[in-house]
Amino acid sequence: MTRHLPWIALALVGAASLGVIATVRGEPVNALWIVAAAVSVYLVAYRYYALFIARAVVGIDPSRPTPAVRRGDGLDYVPTDRRVLFGHHFAAIAGAGPLVGPVLAAQMGYLPGTLWILAGVVLAGAVQDFMILFISMRRDGKSLGELVRMEMGAIPGTIALVGAFMIMVIILAVLALIVVRALAESPWGLFTVIATVPLAMVMGAYTRWLRPGAIGEVSIIGFIGLIAAIIFGQSVAESAYWGPIFTLTPVQLCFGLIAYGAIASLLPVWLLLAPRDYLSTFLKIGAIAALAIGIAVLAPPLRMPALTEFAFTGAGPVWAGPLFPFLFITIACGAVSGFHALISSGTTPKLIASEGDAPFIGYGAMLMESAVAMMALIAASILDPGIYFAMNAPAAITGGDPVTAAAAITAMGFPISAETLANTARDVGEATIVSRTGGAPTLAVAMAEIFSTILGGPGMKAFWYHFAILFEALFILTAVDAGTRAGRFMLQDLLGLASPRFKETKSFLPGLIATMLCVGAWGFFLYQGVTDPLGGVNTLWPLFGISNQMLAAVALMLATVVLFRMKRERFAWVTIVPAAWLVLCTGTAGLMKLFHPDPKIGFLAHAQVFSDAIARGEVLKPAATMAEMGRIVFNDRIDAALCALFLGVVAAILFYTVRTCLAARRIAQPSVQEIPPMLGAAR
Amino acid sequence: MSLFARLAETARLMVGLPDYDTYCRHVADHHPERTPMTRAEFFRERQQAHYGSGGGRCC
Repeated sequence: MTRHLPWIALALVGAASLGVIATVRGEPVNALWIVAAAVSVYLVAYRYYALFIARAVVGIDPSRPTPAVRRGDGLDYVPTDRRVLFGHHFAAIAGAGPLVGPVLAAQMGYLPGTLWILAGVVLAGAVQDFMILFISMRRDGKSLGELVRMEMGAIPGTIALVGAFMIMVIILAVLALIVVRALAESPWGLFTVIATVPLAMVMGAYTRWLRPGAIGEVSIIGFIGLIAAIIFGQSVAESAYWGPIFTLTPVQLCFGLIAYGAIASLLPVWLLLAPRDYLSTFLKIGAIAALAIGIAVLAPPLRMPALTEFAFTGAGPVWAGPLFPFLFITIACGAVSGFHALISSGTTPKLIASEGDAPFIGYGAMLMESAVAMMALIAASILDPGIYFAMNAPAAITGGDPVTAAAAITAMGFPISAETLANTARDVGEATIVSRTGGAPTLAVAMAEIFSTILGGPGMKAFWYHFAILFEALFILTAVDAGTRAGRFMLQDLLGLASPRFKETKSFLPGLIATMLCVGAWGFFLYQGVTDPLGGVNTLWPLFGISNQMLAAVALMLATVVLFRMKRERFAWVTIVPAAWLVLCTGTAGLMKLFHPDPKIGFLAHAQVFSDAIARGEVLKPAATMAEMGRIVFNDRIDAALCALFLGVVAAILFYTVRTCLAARRIAQPSVQEIPPMLGAAR
Repeated sequence: MSLFARLAETARLMVGLPDYDTYCRHVADHHPERTPMTRAEFFRERQQAHYGSGGGRCC
């Protein structure tokens, strides 16, 4: 009993902190209350729930050889120290998602987001990551698609693959959109990001020919280059000649990114992708650590209300729709992210040294990502709400300039003056901060606020802002490049089912065709988002959230099937509860995006408004011509079709899950397809 | 292992480069007849395997 006492004390600290967050009204709450609540919840959840799942639910057996032990080759399969592997796994799962979703969710106030991030990670996200890691670990490190095929059959396996490919497309489009929103009309930001291309190539040549393998050395060189690019970027932006050259409209940037994605994903990996990934990975870890220290040292008060009226009306300017189900798909990464199922069934299970390490890596790393999401939510909430809404409301609402924006946001109930908006923009070295949607600029303003208070004072704000933008853009561009390659291989796998020639991943033509198809697919959604008058985030982020949570539901359903087939169905509630919640959220959100009568929410209702206008021969804003009107209707219908496809995938996998579980119940002994422990011991 | 060495190993594995000495030990223990790759060959082989396969990064 005495060994539980410190944990009980910790649980009380967490409960008290949550009590403060949930009940204080009218006066600003300090961010450290959220930090204290989150840390206590994470530690208690790990100590009790993660270890319960590991020991009681799945029966982790540290004496059973892992793939790394059985098939050790020093390359893909290497038994790795658990702390080293934790870093590897965390770096692979943490991207832009946990930084952006919570910023967008802050429009409802900080309370709903905080509660969902905490409950989501403990009961759904970390459970999913751990379960998939466990399942893959017992099956030689096989991938999610193969696992579904092994345990549920060939048809659900293929359905899951199609779903995963469409998610990839939407993720790439939405990430690219964030970059476009952050860098459009921002010569300083664009210059520094473009400068990373030749910089990475120099680094690539250095590691290829001069000093192969000297990653630390080349990363330091690259980092110095990055800082120089940020400093030099200010002069470029102010130059009468170079400034306008680096000032691009969103549409120009959109085509630039599409061309970049197509070319970059065909280049040899050592030239651009690998060296830039060194920079973006280490910068990401460093920036996250710096943000954590900054929040702890500064202990800023939260200026956003706990709940805004949009939590009740669902009529927020950042994204439309009621709290249920849309909050739960807006914050995906950080609470639960289906994409992690692909990572947990990727390289990590091949590196794990002992089954006993699995909860620390699978469950623990996801708790860490949740902490990142929490920091993003805190960062968005320490800003003046007026600034937050002026930055995140689309131009259709703000009118695009400080005077109209100040009037519109003040009318919303968040008083802000045009001078404050103009001054904030000047402080961070940008022409304007009005309607800089997508989350990244908001986070950058908050990070500049935190960092400049600690280091450099107000004069350094512009530097820190562009540092934050660069750090986000850098790893998004790496993700676009790596994701296009991954999408290409998925597509070749799928096309290979129809025509075996496509399976040849080494030959040039099938690879080129698959790459172009993949770039074309995400480019289509990116262009649609960029030209959307409501900023695009409004359309694409819900699609991204639905698809990502749908993949999480698929992963948790697979885990449920495995528990039934292990004859451990009395514990299956561990995965059934989060799977059911996600099916409910994605199902409701998907149906609302399809059929909701409000054109701000429902794709078909929106298409109807525009097609009715076409029939009357009328041109509605933002379209300027009849051709544009037609395109809007077409886009809406594509989005609706995609939504229907996602719903179909969930329904189909749900059907196969129930069927496989019932079949497993009828058999008296376990029917899972694990690698038997004896086979491992024999070698 | 010193703290710095462990941090360096963690950083390298974050970008897909496993430990070279572990690899050499594995070859010596299990395949004594083979000549292990040199450090540079090992780096190139792992870089291509990590980034060329299309896996590995999240949103």
